[in-house]
Amino acid sequence: MSKNPPNYISTTNACKLCTPLGASIAFKGIEGAVPYLHGSQGCATYMRRYIISHYNEPIDIASSSLSEKHAVYGGGANLKLGLINVTKKYHPRIIGIATTCLTETIGDDVKMFLRQYEQEVEGEKPIMVQVGTPSYNGTHMEGFHDAVASVVDTLAGTGEESVTNRDVNILPGFISPADIRYLREITDDYSLRATILPDISDTLDGQAAKTYEKIQLGGTPFSAIAAMGSAMASIEFGHTMKEKSGGTILSEKYGVKNIRISQPVGISATDRFFDHLSQLSGVEIPEKHKAERGRLVDSYVDGHKYIYGKKAIVYGEEDMVVGMTGFLAEIGVMPILCASGGKSGKLAEKIAEATGDILPEQPRIHEGMDFYDISELAETLEPDVLVGHSKGYPLARKLSIPLIRVGFPIHDRMGGQRILHLGYRGAQQLFDLIVNACIAKKQGDSPVGYSYM
Amino acid sequence: MELLKEREEQIHRTGEQPFTLSCNKDSLAGAVSQRACVFCGSRVVLYPIADALHLVHGPIGCAVYTWDIRGALSSGPELHRLSFSTDLQEIDVIFGGEKKLTNALFELIERHSPKAAFVYSTCIVGIIGDDLEAVCRQVEKETDIPVIPVLSEGFKGNKRAGYTAACSAMARLVGNGDISNISPYSINILGDFNLAGEIWIIHAYFERMGVEVVANITGDGRIADIQRAHGAALNVVQCSGATMDLARLMTDEYGIPSIRVSYFGVEDMAQALYDVAEHFNDPEILEKTRELVKEELEELLPKLDFYKKALKGKKAAIYVGGSFKAFSLVKAFRLLGMDVVMVGSQTGTEQEYKELAEITDPGTIIVDDANPLELTSFLEEQSVDIFVGGVKERPIAYKLGVAFCDHNHERKEILAGFVGMLNFAEEVYSSVMSPVWRFTYQNVEDR
Repeated sequence: MSKNPPNYISTTNACKLCTPLGASIAFKGIEGAVPYLHGSQGCATYMRRYIISHYNEPIDIASSSLSEKHAVYGGGANLKLGLINVTKKYHPRIIGIATTCLTETIGDDVKMFLRQYEQEVEGEKPIMVQVGTPSYNGTHMEGFHDAVASVVDTLAGTGEESVTNRDVNILPGFISPADIRYLREITDDYSLRATILPDISDTLDGQAAKTYEKIQLGGTPFSAIAAMGSAMASIEFGHTMKEKSGGTILSEKYGVKNIRISQPVGISATDRFFDHLSQLSGVEIPEKHKAERGRLVDSYVDGHKYIYGKKAIVYGEEDMVVGMTGFLAEIGVMPILCASGGKSGKLAEKIAEATGDILPEQPRIHEGMDFYDISELAETLEPDVLVGHSKGYPLARKLSIPLIRVGFPIHDRMGGQRILHLGYRGAQQLFDLIVNACIAKKQGDSPVGYSYM
Repeated sequence: MELLKEREEQIHRTGEQPFTLSCNKDSLAGAVSQRACVFCGSRVVLYPIADALHLVHGPIGCAVYTWDIRGALSSGPELHRLSFSTDLQEIDVIFGGEKKLTNALFELIERHSPKAAFVYSTCIVGIIGDDLEAVCRQVEKETDIPVIPVLSEGFKGNKRAGYTAACSAMARLVGNGDISNISPYSINILGDFNLAGEIWIIHAYFERMGVEVVANITGDGRIADIQRAHGAALNVVQCSGATMDLARLMTDEYGIPSIRVSYFGVEDMAQALYDVAEHFNDPEILEKTRELVKEELEELLPKLDFYKKALKGKKAAIYVGGSFKAFSLVKAFRLLGMDVVMVGSQTGTEQEYKELAEITDPGTIIVDDANPLELTSFLEEQSVDIFVGGVKERPIAYKLGVAFCDHNHERKEILAGFVGMLNFAEEVYSSVMSPVWRFTYQNVEDR
């Protein structure tokens, strides 16, 4: 299955981002929260720029702005000063503090600094949630999941018991604002009351407004997070995170049943998600969604011949790669290389599960890849299509093949925040996109220029 | 808006006496500065050198956030557009990253045959104490190309310190090339980064004047050119902070004089060419320069009229990296008949801010190292029609229903030179005049 990956010392064009970036995005999905990086000024600014270029939203990430003397004597004083200043300017409900490689390496004890802050500072004090995110350890996805786990660990169980028995938690991982809006619609249609954590659907895809909000509206409400311990179950998307996750913490501390499933991309994975919702709610799949599934199957049939046997390279975050690979397999596209910068050790196993008996043989599956490795393998694999974020564009251009843009970041197109990946509806959009990309490629390359398919 | 007390002295309003403005300070913790770090300063300056290997020694973030980040074009090799990193892991942090760095350098130099390698240190390298000098010396000896450490640990100052580190790195190259056959009428172009191909325009102007360009520092830059940069008769320096240190160094070491110029806006562009011509004081060059400016203006000015009529009286705000560019922008907006009501920068000097205060209208806000909330309140207070800045400033403008022009290093439009003035007017016009503002809720009621 997983053959020996190329093993270079240097990294060229990484297929991953650093841990504090993931934590910052997770914190952006909590109502009234300001992300805060305990490190030097550059980290926050670089990540802001990187995130803004995808979402086209203001992304304010505060920083301790450490200088040389702090690196020598410790960053505690600046951390506290920074927290005071953020509080004065933003009046946040929550400050999500993530460390950086600098502060992890000099050994700053953020927990201790926060205890001192608690004693020393008078007046308005936001709730502090902190997560250790040295960027030499893991990718942005570890940062994301660890931040979610930290939020749950810190805030859950501080709220009132749920009385409705319709409450579920959804821990969707890193998906798009459009995906989250759709998840909300689905759970509403099941009459379930879902706490989706984090919820970047408004904070990172905001509306035009008359006045400028210092902290973008939306995000998972504090009260909902506080009550997560009394939900009847949690559904957690993805399998490649660490054992200690938001879902497992809720299960261990409050006995909330944790259901871990793959990202519901494509029909098979989405069926499993809807089955769980039906079981939890005690009702059948709502007619609207059944109809969307029906139309999707109908379109699979209509379009299958244009894509059967097309070879795809899929890359990006591990859980997204698992979801996309399962989807591609079920529409007849052959994934030939699945690559991620992440290194969970579970990628091959989860892809095998997601593709079941559909594929005649498993694709090459490699963790810890960069785009140099991917490009090198692509030369012999001769893919027809790339599926992943926009950083694969140079490769797609070199190979003159279409790039199906999914995930994060999308830096070379509008609307990355509105790409729908999940569910029947997401599969429908992705399916049309892939089929049309293949048709367009054939049409463009043809000397005839057919105006019918 | 209430300002953080520590920030008050970094903001000035033209007309208020006396002029005081504090700058070149470390950013205030928690203020959400728009600045980056030392590494960023070095990286942006050296980035466009297209035939060098740029290896970032550190964890993955610093390299990945600067991958293909600038619109700096190359007429040949494009090694600068790749993002190389040692991707330090926990084990390297514990046991040191020197061995990994050495092996990564050998691997990449063999793979790409660069003309030189720059090795950027990042925060963590400064802490774990890897000896970059020693590693670079060893690799240089074995590979026979210059391997140069860039001392750019993020926390060791602000972006300006990064400019200095980049200049020190380039200074190691200068003086190593053959300088025979260089014209006495020759220059180096410093501080233009060939965004969207701008340096080619400037290059062509100088050629038309009969002036030879020895080295582009650093837009469309080449190692061999920089190595013979000491053969030029004059350094022509744009961009306030970034490359002035190198020019100073070359004055001290090789006696090369330098002049400061800007290629943005009609006045400054023409002035830059005249200053170079006057420096050489050659009648033929002077004549060609006058001819060039005349031709360019005859073509440009009638085309600008259309934009002037449309944009007259509109209000502009400027927030850029270096304040020298801000001067040109103030003048360019004046030429269009627009009013500048706010101007600020990440890394300006006190002298520059003082001069800005002198040339701007009363009430203009002048700000150093601003943050999103300050910028928001200034734009609102001054009822701005267009904001000029970079990617981080863009959503601030758009959320306020204000037009935007990207004048930062990621842009893909030529804004330098005479043709750049026309593009600038077009870009300002196309944002200000767009019908989309009719729908934003600052202008009409929410439905």
